Amino acid sequence: MDPAQFLTAPRVTIVAGKGGVGKTTVALTMALAATKLGLSALLIEIEGKSAIAALFDRESIGYEETELSPADPALGRGRLTARALTPDDALMEYLREHNMKRISGRLASSGALDMVATATPGIRDVLILGKVKQLERSGAADVIIVDAPAAGHAISFLRSASGLLDAVNVGPIETQAREVMDLLSDPERCEVVLVTLPEETPVNEMVETAYSLEELVGVKLGPVVVNGCLGDPAPFDTDPADAAAEVDPHVSAAELSAADLVALRMTTTFIGGRAHLQAEQLERLERELPLPQLALPFRFTADMSLTDIGALADEWLDQVRLLVEPS
Amino acid sequence: MNLAELIDTKSVIVCCGSGGVGKTTTAAVLAIEAARAGRRAVVVTIDPARRLADALGLEGLTNEPAVIDGDWPGELAALMLDTEGTFNGLVTKYAGSPEQAERILSNRFYKNIAGAMSGTQEYMASEKLYELHADSGFDLIVVDTPPTRNALDFLEAPNRLARFLDHKLYRLVTAPTRGIVRVVNVAAQSFFRSVGKVVGGDVIADAIEFFAAFDGMEQGFKERARSVEQLLAAEDTAFVLVASPRADTVAEAMFFADELQKSKLAVRALIINRVHPHPADRDPVRDRERANELAGTTLGRQFEALADLGQISAGEEAHLRLLTERIGPAPVVRVPYLTVEVHDLASLTLVGDILMGRTT
Repeated sequence: MDPAQFLTAPRVTIVAGKGGVGKTTVALTMALAATKLGLSALLIEIEGKSAIAALFDRESIGYEETELSPADPALGRGRLTARALTPDDALMEYLREHNMKRISGRLASSGALDMVATATPGIRDVLILGKVKQLERSGAADVIIVDAPAAGHAISFLRSASGLLDAVNVGPIETQAREVMDLLSDPERCEVVLVTLPEETPVNEMVETAYSLEELVGVKLGPVVVNGCLGDPAPFDTDPADAAAEVDPHVSAAELSAADLVALRMTTTFIGGRAHLQAEQLERLERELPLPQLALPFRFTADMSLTDIGALADEWLDQVRLLVEPS
Repeated sequence: MNLAELIDTKSVIVCCGSGGVGKTTTAAVLAIEAARAGRRAVVVTIDPARRLADALGLEGLTNEPAVIDGDWPGELAALMLDTEGTFNGLVTKYAGSPEQAERILSNRFYKNIAGAMSGTQEYMASEKLYELHADSGFDLIVVDTPPTRNALDFLEAPNRLARFLDHKLYRLVTAPTRGIVRVVNVAAQSFFRSVGKVVGGDVIADAIEFFAAFDGMEQGFKERARSVEQLLAAEDTAFVLVASPRADTVAEAMFFADELQKSKLAVRALIINRVHPHPADRDPVRDRERANELAGTTLGRQFEALADLGQISAGEEAHLRLLTERIGPAPVVRVPYLTVEVHDLASLTLVGDILMGRTT
């Protein structure tokens, strides 16, 4: 298997994780990685508030497809597009396309969608996943990456279809829910990639989410992505003075002033301390969740740019290659 | 007023901010600090991480504050918001009779609202805050707010249900009858037939039954919503903004501060978690050069990390300057990225020491 096959094996990847773990960054990283392999990628936003539009100098991303970057055959680069899906738009579109235009008008004008949504929990999520399914069926892109809702909502988001079927047993919404369940339960069509940080609480929550998803939704879980990894703690276990003594004495860069020593010791204490905590959590994750891990490096920036995400995409591809082509 | 004074004098502290910035932990720390200062404090948490819940002695959802023993002169209690239970309590309180309450509580549409309607959690958090404030005798109530897409949901939530019940559509349903729905007017009937075609008739029947059962209770709910709103706007209530120094959460914190101001509410303090330590008086460019010259050695890796820290600190400082200008004169307190996990009373106390400036 090559990385392109790995990325397209199921066309739909749903990226899920708790707030603050960098879910959107990972979704964009995967989409960019796909385009770097020449594949077309469609990024689907659900919470319509992410910074992706700004990264690409776009005002906003709408329900209809927005091109983020065109295909570039010279560079072997695929086309990157995005959509921000809302349940209201998805329902209206569905009703229009299924000869229920009159109803869609009434629903819209009366503000009744709110009530319908309240009366039938999960309907919003099913409408969105239904639209994702339609995009998948129509082959909207080689790879479709869905940036799922944050926090504990991932489970209710993905369970929405089965929950809805308990309440609704007729009509177009029921059909939609069944088709969504077909999509979610088919490992050839759809998988979930869980994102976490290498910290205790996010790891705990991811492990719980993973088991709940398998048990309650029966969806295929792809590799887990650990975001913000500092890497090997070992270089920080050596005191900077000792590390300097290991270097060729003729190298002037290794001559440490008192101020250098203070700054380097602060660095080794902090980065080393955190890297050790992370290493423990990564090991624990491996023990508790038998899924392949992809570790994305921490980017030392307070403003994630497209260049940063491009670098993450390269790293992601390197790790996928290791995963699919074990040497 | 600094953070210590806020904790000493306010009767309500609301912690707000986007998801993943350490809001729940911060709320717990503020309550512990109040207990350390001799006050009777309670923290209302929403979906805390398991270890934190354990540290606070919370075994599951509970609507009654559980006392946490500790070495402080005051008193500390915590509760984990039970959204549905709180809502049920509210219905029982405003129902005209036990039968009416029962009819509502057993309705499927109601259960959907109580369990899953967006905004319900926010609404019940503020309701719980009001209840505790009205009758529990705590000096200080610290509330953690739910992670929402819109940071203002918490403020708007109390009025949302009132508006929901005010919708002309529901009056259409409930007006012609008292109690049991027999006659629904013609326009409503044809409308519900349309909706029924999309989602099925049972759903509609449940909704109609709910609004019929709810009849007469709107006034009580609306008045309650107004009281909660007044409490949030009271001089004794302080909003504390929690953020991390990254572009996205800073942007959300700015937005939140603006929106609070529009509602004539001020941010009384800003707490920035996870600030990277700043290597003082360094030239990150020179550190980077030395890292490159020493590439492949342990010292080189250490210089690289030092340069990396200089780089991220510069970005964080730029964000924090903007935010500090925006929030000022309210105090801005930084909590450095810690090299321990914060999940027990000892580490929560450590964060408290940092917040109160007793240590760095």
